[in-house]
Amino acid sequence: MIDIVIDVTLLAFLVTTSVAIVRMTNLFAIVMLYGIFSLLSAGLFVVMDAPDVAFTEAAVGAGISTVLMLATLALVKRPQKPYFDEAPRAHLPWLPLVVVAITGSALVYGTWDIPAFGDPDAPAQIHVARYYIENAMPETGVPNIVTAVLASYRGFDTLGEVTVIFTAAVAVLLLIGGRRSNQRIEGQRDET
Amino acid sequence: MKPDLILRLVAKFVIPLIILFALYVQFHGDFGPGGGFQAGVIFSAAFILYALVFGLDAAEKIIPSRWLSMLAALGVIIYAGVGVVSLPLGGNYLDYSLLGGNQIAGQHLGILLVELGVGITVAAAMLILFFSFAGRGRD
Repeated sequence: MIDIVIDVTLLAFLVTTSVAIVRMTNLFAIVMLYGIFSLLSAGLFVVMDAPDVAFTEAAVGAGISTVLMLATLALVKRPQKPYFDEAPRAHLPWLPLVVVAITGSALVYGTWDIPAFGDPDAPAQIHVARYYIENAMPETGVPNIVTAVLASYRGFDTLGEVTVIFTAAVAVLLLIGGRRSNQRIEGQRDET
Repeated sequence: MKPDLILRLVAKFVIPLIILFALYVQFHGDFGPGGGFQAGVIFSAAFILYALVFGLDAAEKIIPSRWLSMLAALGVIIYAGVGVVSLPLGGNYLDYSLLGGNQIAGQHLGILLVELGVGITVAAAMLILFFSFAGRGRD
């Protein structure tokens, strides 16, 4: 019962935050609201007994992303006026509304067939989850099944993920990193 | 950066705790929630807080950017290397069971090393991202 109350409260906050994000024009405030949105999602994950996911969401979504977005904001310099006030309206506002309403009702219709939360007979639970729950402890000796699955059973996936993060860092370094190399290029330009 | 006394004092007090918590999440990930990814992010958050409060140059003195790119690569090498080690021992790639005396010990060691690699790469990558973005706006 208390779970439902917390869920409804958090989801109401999520909706309020997203509406505020859509309606707001101050980019700084929007970035802050993104952080709040991530923190609320982290709270939802905790209620759903997924502390590992909540951990990641709180650390990455609410923490690092907010800092990175603020750094980007400081780089790009926000415009003096919101651009959409000057641009003429390309289409009538009711068309997107109809599209959103139809898509939304289709999605809600789809949720009727989704098995209940935590249903042991749900397709997601009867495939490999049962094997992990039964064998993770005797096979790896690691009480946290999430860690056992991520690092051992799905080691290849995690290796790929780490490589993706490494690649992202390399890409950022190549694109905008290295103040020293920038100065060198400018120096070469001056010489030539 | 303005000399904000309270901010600096609180940061100095909080940063060691954040690093300690990151290490706890890193090495206690087998037993509680967490693991290399979360620990790396928390670890980098401590340094980002330091850079925000004390300035980018002070932070780059502690961890030079050259080290960061090497550390990011080192984490991937540790992860991939653990997989390679099990090949001459007669196992499949990334099969940790043969790393220790028995299956449990091997799995435990393998998971610990692999999570360490994840943590190092994630922490270094996050700091590279932050330093690149924050360092770009100046000079």
